[in-house]
Amino acid sequence: MNDAKNILGRGNRDGAKLFRDWFSELSKSAETGNPAAYVFVMGSMAEILRVFDLPMVFPEINSLQTAVRHVSDDYLNEAEDYGYSPDICGYVKADVAMQLRGGEHPMGRIPKPSIAVLTNACNTYLKWGEIWERMHGTPMFTIDVPATRQAGNPSMPGSEQFEREKKYIVAQLEELIELCEKITGIKFDIDKLREIMNNANKMSSCFKRILDLNKSKPSLFNALTDGTIYLGVANTFRGTPEGVKYFNDLVEELEYMSENGIGTLTDEKYRLSFIGVPCYPIFRRFNEMFTEWGGTFVTSTYLWFATGGANLGSVYDLKNPIESLAQGILISVRDAMDSMFNPEIPMAKMIDDFSLDGVVYHPIKSCRTVSTGLADNRRALMEMKDIQTLFIESDMMDKRVVAEAQMKNRIDAFFEGLASRKSREAVGEV
Amino acid sequence: MSSSLVFDEWKNQSLEEILWLCQEMVEDTEMPTAKKWRKNGGKILGHFQVYFPEEIAHAAGMLPLKICGSSVECRHADSRFGSYLCSILKTSLEQVLSERLELDMFVTHPICDAARNLGSVWGRNFEYPCQILYLPQNPNSKYSVQYLRDEYERLKETIEKIAGTTISDDDLKYSISVFNKNRFLLRKLYDIKRQSPWLVSINEAYVLTRIGCMIPREEHNELLETVLPMLDNRKAKKQDKIKVVFEGGFCEQPPLDMLRTIGRSCYVVDDDLLIGLRWILDDVNDSDPLKGLADAYINKSSYSPVQHDLRKLKEDMLMERINSSNAEAAIITAAKMCEPGLEEQVTYTHTLDEADIPYFMSEFEENMTSFDHLEIQLETFVENIIFD
Repeated sequence: MNDAKNILGRGNRDGAKLFRDWFSELSKSAETGNPAAYVFVMGSMAEILRVFDLPMVFPEINSLQTAVRHVSDDYLNEAEDYGYSPDICGYVKADVAMQLRGGEHPMGRIPKPSIAVLTNACNTYLKWGEIWERMHGTPMFTIDVPATRQAGNPSMPGSEQFEREKKYIVAQLEELIELCEKITGIKFDIDKLREIMNNANKMSSCFKRILDLNKSKPSLFNALTDGTIYLGVANTFRGTPEGVKYFNDLVEELEYMSENGIGTLTDEKYRLSFIGVPCYPIFRRFNEMFTEWGGTFVTSTYLWFATGGANLGSVYDLKNPIESLAQGILISVRDAMDSMFNPEIPMAKMIDDFSLDGVVYHPIKSCRTVSTGLADNRRALMEMKDIQTLFIESDMMDKRVVAEAQMKNRIDAFFEGLASRKSREAVGEV
Repeated sequence: MSSSLVFDEWKNQSLEEILWLCQEMVEDTEMPTAKKWRKNGGKILGHFQVYFPEEIAHAAGMLPLKICGSSVECRHADSRFGSYLCSILKTSLEQVLSERLELDMFVTHPICDAARNLGSVWGRNFEYPCQILYLPQNPNSKYSVQYLRDEYERLKETIEKIAGTTISDDDLKYSISVFNKNRFLLRKLYDIKRQSPWLVSINEAYVLTRIGCMIPREEHNELLETVLPMLDNRKAKKQDKIKVVFEGGFCEQPPLDMLRTIGRSCYVVDDDLLIGLRWILDDVNDSDPLKGLADAYINKSSYSPVQHDLRKLKEDMLMERINSSNAEAAIITAAKMCEPGLEEQVTYTHTLDEADIPYFMSEFEENMTSFDHLEIQLETFVENIIFD
C-alpha cells in the first residue's frame, strides 16, 4: 500500500516539478545573459547542444504554455498588431510577442537565442528561425533530413539511398559542431557526446516501453493529458540523468498499475486514438468532453511526432557516435514526419493491438504540417478498417477558432454512435 | 517523345491574336495541351510548385507539366482537405480527381507545410508514383550539391521506369540545352518588361510565360522566338504609370483579371510570378548533367519565401529586384492562407518602410472574381505617389 502511495501519480507530479525547475533555469539564463539555443521538438539536436552546455529553449513549449494558461490571446493580438496574419501558426505569433516583450512568459523569463537549431520536419521552423535571424541576428542552422519520398517506402539502413542520406546528415552535424564551437568557445568532446547519447538511449527505450504498456486494459495513462507531460520531459530533459531517472520511475509506475489492474479512468468504456495536436486553449475541458463518456485516449500520434520519433525507441551505437547519431536522426525525424503525413499506416495495425473503439482526428488551423492531409487520411483509414472516427477542427493556440459548444455536440454524437455500435456488437449485429 | 505539336494555333498569327490564344489556353481548365499530348501517346509527369528539374522528365520523353492550380470548383477535392488551406492545393488535386488531367507520375516538394502533404494525399488516391522531391533545405551545407545530385539520380531512375526508357547523359545534355534556351528567352521577355514595360503588360507577359507550364519547351521556345521580336517592334505609347515590382506569385497564381487590374494602374517591371520557371539564373553546365542541375539550383538561383539560404536574405533580394528594375514602388501580395507568403510580408513591409519605398499590400485567391475594391485602392495608392 505504501508502495502504491509513492508510485501512483509520481509521473505527473515529478513531470510538473521538472518543468517548473526547467523554466527557473531558463529565467536564470535570461538574467545572466548566457548563450541559449532555440530548438524544436522534432529533432532538437539535444545530444550535440548539451556537449556545449547550451541551455535549450523550446519555443513550441513556451507558446503552448501561454494557451494552457489562457493568456495566448494577448500574445497573438500583439503579434498581429506587429503585422503577422491571423492565418499563420499561433506558436510563431506567441513567440514573436514574447520576443517583443523581452522574453516575458507566464512561467518565467526566456533568454534570447544565441543560436537556432532546427530540422525540416516542419517548414514553419525555417520561417520561425528567420524571424530570430532578423530580430536578434541569431545564427540559424538547419539539419535537413530527407524524409520518406513515397508513403510506406522509406529508405532502409544499408541501402545505397539510406547511406547517401546519412552522409548528408553527418556532414551537417559536423558543420553544426563547428558552429557551436565558434559560438560557445568550447571544444567538442566526443566522450561527453557518448555519455549524453547513452542517457538518450535509456530514455528512448523507456519511452517506447511506456507507449507499449498502454495496451493494458484498462489503459494506464491518457495519451492526450498525461502523455503531454511525458513528451514534455522527453524533449526538455533528453540526454540528461534527470530524464533517465524520470522515465525509469515512470516505467515502474505504469508496470505497477498494469500488474494491479489500475487504470487512468475508473470506468473505461471506450478506447480511443488521438490524431493531431491538442486543443490547448481548452486543454482540460477538451479531454473532459471525452472522459465524461468513459472515453480515454490510449494512443496519440502527437506522442510520436512531437517527440521527434522517440516512439521508435531507437538506440545509438556509442562506438560510432556521429554516424550513429546521424542514423538515429534520419530514422526518428523521418518517422515523426511519416506520423504526420501517413498516420493511417501504423494506425491500421494499432486498432487491433490497442483494442481501439474509435479514432479522433483533430486538425488545427495553426499547423498545416499535421492537419493538411487528415481529412483524406480519415477516408483512407475507414476504407482500410471498420472503425468509427470523429473529425473536429479547432486550434492549438487561438481561442477564436475553438467553438466549444459545437465541438461538444459532435463529440456527444460520436459517443452515441459508439454506444449504439457496442449494443449491436453485444447482440451480434456487427 | 510525342512528335505532334500540342499548341500550334498561334503560328502565322498577329501578336494580338497570339496573346489572345495563349490567354485562352492558359485559362482553359480542361487542359487541352495535356490531353493532346496523351492522345499522341505521350506520358506526363505533373510537378507541384515551385521548382522542379524538368530536364530529367524531358530527357525521358515525358511532358513535365507544372501543377499550379486552376479556376475550377472543388467538387471532389474539398472532402480531402481541412478548412484552413490555400486554394491551389485543392484545385490542383481537383484537376486530377475530376479527370480533367491524367498523369503518370506526380512530384511535390517540401516548399511549405501544406504542399509537402500533397504527396501522401495524392498517393492515397492514385496508383501511379506520387513522391516528394526533397530539395535541400540546408543549401548552405557543403554537401548539399552532392546530396541533390544523388537525389536527382534517384528521381531519374523512377522516371526511367515510368517512361520505359533509359536516360543517357546525351539525352540530359540535349534537354538542358532546350531549357537553357527557354530560360534565356524568358530573361529576354523580362528584359523588355524592365526596360520598356509599355510594350508588354503584366498579364501579357504572364500568359506568355505560363503557357510554358503546359506545352513542351521546344514549342515554348519557338513561340517566344516569334513573339519577342514582335514585342520589340510593337507600336505602343509610353504612359504615365508608376513602375512597380509585384511580389507574392511564387506558388498560387493570382487571377489574370487581378494582374490586368494592376496593369491598368502600374507598369509591373519585375515579379516573382511562376518563379520556378526562372529559378535558375544562368545556363546550366552540362559536363556532369545532374551535378550541373543540382549546382544551378543551389548556386545560380533566384529567391522565394520557401527557401532559406544565408546568402540570399529575401528582403535584400527584394530590394535588389526593385533597384535593378528601377521600380518606384512594390506590390506585396500573398495568397490567402499561404503561410510562407504571409510571414514574408511582414519582413518585406518592414524593410520597405525603412527604405522609404511605397508599397501596396494585399491578399488574393486564385478563384477571386471581383477586383473593384482592389482597383480603387490601387488607383489611390498610385495617385498618392504621383502627387506626393
